[in-house]
Amino acid sequence: MNKARSNPFNTVAMHGALILYTLIALFPVFVILINSFKERRSIFREPLALPDADSFSTIGYETVMQQGDFFLYFQNSMIVTVASLFFVLLFGAMAAYALSEYRFRGNMIMGLYLALGIMIPIRIGTVAILEMMVATGLVNSLWALILVYTAQGLPLAVFILSEFMRQVSDDLKNAGRIDGLSEYTIFFRLVLPLVRPAMATVAVFNMIPIWNDLWFPLILAPAEETKTLTLGSQVFIGQFVTDWNAVLSALSMAILPVLVLYVIFSRQLIRGITSGAVK
Amino acid sequence: MTKARIRWHILVFLAPAVIIYTAVMIFPLFNTLRLALYAKIDQERVFVGLENFRTLFFDPIWSEQFWNALGNNFWFFLIHMLVQNPIGIALAALLSHPRLRFAALYRSAIFIPTILSFVIVGFAWKLILSPIWGIAPSMLDAVGLKSLYAPWLGKEEYALTTLALVSVWQFVGIPMMLIYAALLTIPEEILEAGEVDGITGMAAFWKIKLPLILPSIGIISILTFVGNFNAFDLIYAAQGALAGPDFSTDILGTFMYRTFFGFQLQLGDPHMGSAIAGAMFAIILVGVCIYLFGIQTRMRRYQL
Repeated sequence: MNKARSNPFNTVAMHGALILYTLIALFPVFVILINSFKERRSIFREPLALPDADSFSTIGYETVMQQGDFFLYFQNSMIVTVASLFFVLLFGAMAAYALSEYRFRGNMIMGLYLALGIMIPIRIGTVAILEMMVATGLVNSLWALILVYTAQGLPLAVFILSEFMRQVSDDLKNAGRIDGLSEYTIFFRLVLPLVRPAMATVAVFNMIPIWNDLWFPLILAPAEETKTLTLGSQVFIGQFVTDWNAVLSALSMAILPVLVLYVIFSRQLIRGITSGAVK
Repeated sequence: MTKARIRWHILVFLAPAVIIYTAVMIFPLFNTLRLALYAKIDQERVFVGLENFRTLFFDPIWSEQFWNALGNNFWFFLIHMLVQNPIGIALAALLSHPRLRFAALYRSAIFIPTILSFVIVGFAWKLILSPIWGIAPSMLDAVGLKSLYAPWLGKEEYALTTLALVSVWQFVGIPMMLIYAALLTIPEEILEAGEVDGITGMAAFWKIKLPLILPSIGIISILTFVGNFNAFDLIYAAQGALAGPDFSTDILGTFMYRTFFGFQLQLGDPHMGSAIAGAMFAIILVGVCIYLFGIQTRMRRYQL
């Protein structure tokens, strides 16, 4: 092996640069989390110190629990995210199968039509979406959000899944047909299980933007009982802006579920991104 | 020739996706563009042609806000291109080094800001940079640079750049991951062939790896462009819908929100909002076309 590629000085410099950037990336999260467990005076006097016996306090969390309905917000975010992912995956996989498996007139055009939405953000159509939701009475319901996120997620899902479905062996499907399976059974029993890794990639890709979105909850479902966690914490923090304990605790409570999900799914996420699904 | 039998299962497979996509995405998109040609006069919707766009571009009250938001948006994009993407590429180059230890750990840690919501990121940085809390000034003091501190988010001349850098901090993980993936696909033989010819270290990066990852850099650029030109959340979370101080952080997303939804004393005007959406659509379309026809087709792709 060449010396230049394993020079000890280079190795130290590389680790130095990466550690520095890791610190920059984690520092704000760290500061918020540690200060959320301190009483007000220590937050200001020693913002960078860890909470100790003297400064420890959960007063912020108590305020958040009393004032904000964070369990409801969390539940709403959960329902919206899970339902949207379910529809994106189910409908996306069905459309991807139709496009990759069957030859029919308009196949190409249909593929291009569905791919349009990959590059054009759905937010451009917000004015008309709001009018439509008001007209159908869906405004201030979780269904409005679920529909929007499903439409937003479908183009990329169809694109990625049809790439993967082309790789499923024809022999397998034809064997199923000879055995008299219907096209639906072939899709649900034979094809879907084989593209599960691709479905996981699509799910992870869609999960973060849906969970974190502020625009559509703000416009389509700002009512108290339909607030998502992102909107709920935004409004809460806006109201309690001078109560630093409450603000820091609310921020920590918004960070934690995402962080836990990330620790669980980070492998899947990183594998998904690096497997070249977005080329 | 016999008439082809309708294969119902194809219809069943396609219908749900196509119906939802058409009804909730494509139809509203065109409907918004159509609404931009109307105005509300005496409680009635009247067709006014391109009048709204004329107001938006030339009426002194509107055009000042519009060009301000557009200019800010280009600055926002420029900072991402100049700071986010080079840092992302540099991190990816370091991470893809074949014998680097803890690479997975660094990768996961650096990606954490990307998964956080704009609300968290906006407020966390607002608190850290705030002169009341004093984390930023005291840290600068520790390295002897206290004189450099200013309440960045509160000053018109710095606020937009500061927010752009916060956004860079949040999203640097995305170019890092995509470039990292591209670098992993470069076969070892090519790099070894380069070594035989005496090209190692930095030279190997500039002369061998960089030309090979150019297509990925193109994709990142267009993703950044589209993302920046419909950005809204971070500015709204940190500075509110008025994008203060004095509209210095106003971008097209916040401008459109204020216009069509209304804010405080200003009444919402869906038709002017649609006109702004139309302008955003045109800008994004031009960007995507430049990428698809101008850059992507001309880029040399190497068969690996």
